[in-house]
Amino acid sequence: MSNSHANAPANATGIGASVKRREDFRFLTGQGTYTDDINRPNQTHAYILRSPHAHARINGIDTAAALEAPGVVAIFTGKDIAADKVNGLPCGWLIHSKDGSPMVEPPHPPLVLDKVVHVGDQVAVIIAETCEQAKDAAELIMVDYDELPAVTTSPEALKDGAPLVHDQAAGNLCYDWHLGDKVATDAAFAKAAHVTKLDLINNRLVPNAMEPRAAIGEFDRATGDYTLWTTSQNPHVIRLLMGAFVLGIPEHKLRVIAPDVGGGFGSKIYHYAEEAIVTWASRKIGRPIKWVAERSESFVSDAHGRDHVTHAELALDADGKFLGLRVQTLANMGAYLSTFAPSIPTYLYATLLAGQYTTPAIYAEVKAVFTHTVPVDAYRGAGRPEACYLIERIVENAARELGIDKTELRRRNFIPPSAMPYDTPVALQYDCGLFEKNLDQALALIDYQGFPARKAEAKARGKLRGIGLASYIEACGIAPSNVAGALGARAGLYESGEVRFHPTGSVTVFTGSHSHGQSHETTFAQLVSDRFGIPIENVEIVHGDTSKVPFGMGTYGSRSLAVGGSAISKAMDKVVNKAKKIAAHMLEAAETDIVFEQGKFTVAGTDRSLTIGDVALSAYVPHNFPLDELEPGLDEQAFYDPKNFTYPNGTQIAEVEIDPETGVVRIEKFVAVDDFGRVINPMVVEGQVHGGIVQGIGQALMENCVYDPQTGQLLTGSYMDYCMPRADDVPSFIVQYHEDAPCTHNPLGVKGCGEAGAIGGSATVMNAVVDALADLGIQHLDMPATPLRVWRAIQDASVSLAAE
Amino acid sequence: MPSVSLKVNGKSVTREVEGRTLLVQLLRDHLGLTGTHVGCDTSQCGACVVHVDGQSIKSCTMLAVQANGLEVTTIEGLAAADGTLHPMQAAFREHHGLQCGYCTPGMVMSAVDLAKSHEHLDEKTVREGLEGNICRCTGYHNIVKAVLAGAEAMRSQPAQAAAE
Repeated sequence: MSNSHANAPANATGIGASVKRREDFRFLTGQGTYTDDINRPNQTHAYILRSPHAHARINGIDTAAALEAPGVVAIFTGKDIAADKVNGLPCGWLIHSKDGSPMVEPPHPPLVLDKVVHVGDQVAVIIAETCEQAKDAAELIMVDYDELPAVTTSPEALKDGAPLVHDQAAGNLCYDWHLGDKVATDAAFAKAAHVTKLDLINNRLVPNAMEPRAAIGEFDRATGDYTLWTTSQNPHVIRLLMGAFVLGIPEHKLRVIAPDVGGGFGSKIYHYAEEAIVTWASRKIGRPIKWVAERSESFVSDAHGRDHVTHAELALDADGKFLGLRVQTLANMGAYLSTFAPSIPTYLYATLLAGQYTTPAIYAEVKAVFTHTVPVDAYRGAGRPEACYLIERIVENAARELGIDKTELRRRNFIPPSAMPYDTPVALQYDCGLFEKNLDQALALIDYQGFPARKAEAKARGKLRGIGLASYIEACGIAPSNVAGALGARAGLYESGEVRFHPTGSVTVFTGSHSHGQSHETTFAQLVSDRFGIPIENVEIVHGDTSKVPFGMGTYGSRSLAVGGSAISKAMDKVVNKAKKIAAHMLEAAETDIVFEQGKFTVAGTDRSLTIGDVALSAYVPHNFPLDELEPGLDEQAFYDPKNFTYPNGTQIAEVEIDPETGVVRIEKFVAVDDFGRVINPMVVEGQVHGGIVQGIGQALMENCVYDPQTGQLLTGSYMDYCMPRADDVPSFIVQYHEDAPCTHNPLGVKGCGEAGAIGGSATVMNAVVDALADLGIQHLDMPATPLRVWRAIQDASVSLAAE
Repeated sequence: MPSVSLKVNGKSVTREVEGRTLLVQLLRDHLGLTGTHVGCDTSQCGACVVHVDGQSIKSCTMLAVQANGLEVTTIEGLAAADGTLHPMQAAFREHHGLQCGYCTPGMVMSAVDLAKSHEHLDEKTVREGLEGNICRCTGYHNIVKAVLAGAEAMRSQPAQAAAE
């Protein structure tokens, strides 16, 4: 039932084995190659001068003194960019408003021309012999700014008379979108026995991958080829966006390499200005240019995450069955539209509002709003944590209001396995899921029955103990291209895989997925070892280089295995089919009589067989091939486009204890039971869950991106101010999964595991915090539940209790 | 420019550096030891932890010239010459204590010092001892397991643990 397979995997390096990671040796010995570890001959260094203001007009930029500074090679501003007809950064998703009008898409110049719209906006690039010289010279640049009023939150930005971020976006509105059946939902509320209402804020976060972004641009005058090394989750996407839309460089003249990348969590999906700047400028100066973000720069230039303000209402009948859900959300886009930003609060959020429940009518309205802040885009979970937080918070409040146990209320509303495949009222079709099983397993792990006794014991010590859960579901394996296209995506979302047998039987796999911590070099090699029955040492996984990998859409949305792995699986099918033809020829048998099992091609019913290595050798030494019907070589490529999203799901439960004297919340216990479909490497999967949970806990208890509402200055712009979870802030976890509901529509039966922890984590913890405070009459607390916020809530509640 | 002479991973080196050059810049930019990483600019993240005269320090908090005459060990100097991992490195691999690998060098160097400076380590001590190292990938769960196991292994394999 738990993390043990009924039988140990037949192949010690195959599917289901906790193979130790092949990438670890280089990382543990300091031999990883991250972008900043790369230095090119004759390289220069770039420093980006950024706006210190949230909103200002630029009257002029005086670079004269800076150009004379030691080591300075060149300085470019928006005028140079415009003169070279460099375009703005494109947006990859078009959303239409309720009235059918397209979203407002303001230009996003790599270097601004005459106006800055957020602190950190790119004003100029200084290129010098050393990074320090570039930085010193930047101090000498005089920018004549006329400061203008700024607005940082969506509710304020929508008010009449609010400062406009872009002249073309009236009222700062990007789009006003909706999903679901309004009439049916209104009807559901009209007949409701009870309505639970909740206003909540899903706080803005900074993704904070530990490796700051970096980019090196290089132009080869001899060939006219450009190379960009960048900290990206999807180098082919960067090649397409930057090459085709920004710089006008065709694919065959532009190579993008994303070497070892130190975490992404969404923030390294997007095409950023600095990539275009160093690539473009490397041709201007005829030398390679390296740019590396300082952490304080990351805070004001990496896309942020979340930032929703929501009002939600849940209608229930007298038995606690959900009848309808009504949601109004304001989503802060920041100052510009980042690559995938418009899709996050729409198709990755509102489509998940059914959660695990049979709610028959749902209507969601989402307004996307421009503000004078850093652009907001996908951050681990992307839309789905926001949906999960809303649903699981309102369900738990409904249970409390109705006096129904929170687990019982969920059980009454779970979509049963018998209803699968299930069409939700918000455009998705869930293929499978055992929601009650996840819940039961998690409840047993945390000893739910024993909670009242633990709460009483804590109370005797003067502590407030609470238990909270979240039963989450996510749409992953992003995405079926036809669905995504119908919903406004401007690209397909398949993946490519190429499987190349070498003459002596080793294999190189080229995948369009990208690993920046996810362990592809190990888990993808397990797929190959398993399928071909060859030692994992004989398999090499290549990713992250557009000149090696045919094509790729990259890694985000828990898609690597479900889409990238399926592409490899499909390519392996093609290899086996080809190898069967070769084996049939070698064994002088009919192709239909050849069976492939455990790395061997056998003539059915005989002991005549060949290993796949024998076949590979013959494929490359085809001395007697019938060449008109059999090509030499054993190298196959496949593209896999999923038929549907995958739907990882599970239940997380947290138990917290609050010290009412200090407001400090400690997580005493945290369990997660997940359904990721088939699991390739349990060790890696558990690690992904742990990391996701801590990002969820971080949002719930610590992390918060705060702007000064008057000046638009980022107040949490360093690790001194933005509270990252550290080892002593979190507990160890009990993480289990089951494989009883494999994905029904991809060849591996896998669903994806990268985002799950982060999707359920914040809702789980906040439900536990509110549960601990419920006896004081506290119904809701916005994240993060910092000691100050919790302490104040307790004080306010105590005062009002005393007054009654 | 000032000159600085020090021993790095057992080898004597001398370099001319600007006065403002940090130890981490000397290691990465002048000596090519890029295993030591920079993850922040406020001495918070711990990706740059190395050992100076046997003690873990954040190499972004020290000027290169301050290391004059001292002995520095970086992550590149931790494993044995034949590639055999230090017990702490081996424990991180065994317990999946790393994902993207970026915080890993600093985390391992901190863990080695933590293990050396404590007779007995338990989960609480490890969590508090790693407070100066931020990891965004692992949720710390497996790092804690790795450090406990690595410390145990260092006690039972003193020869390899002394390799640095």
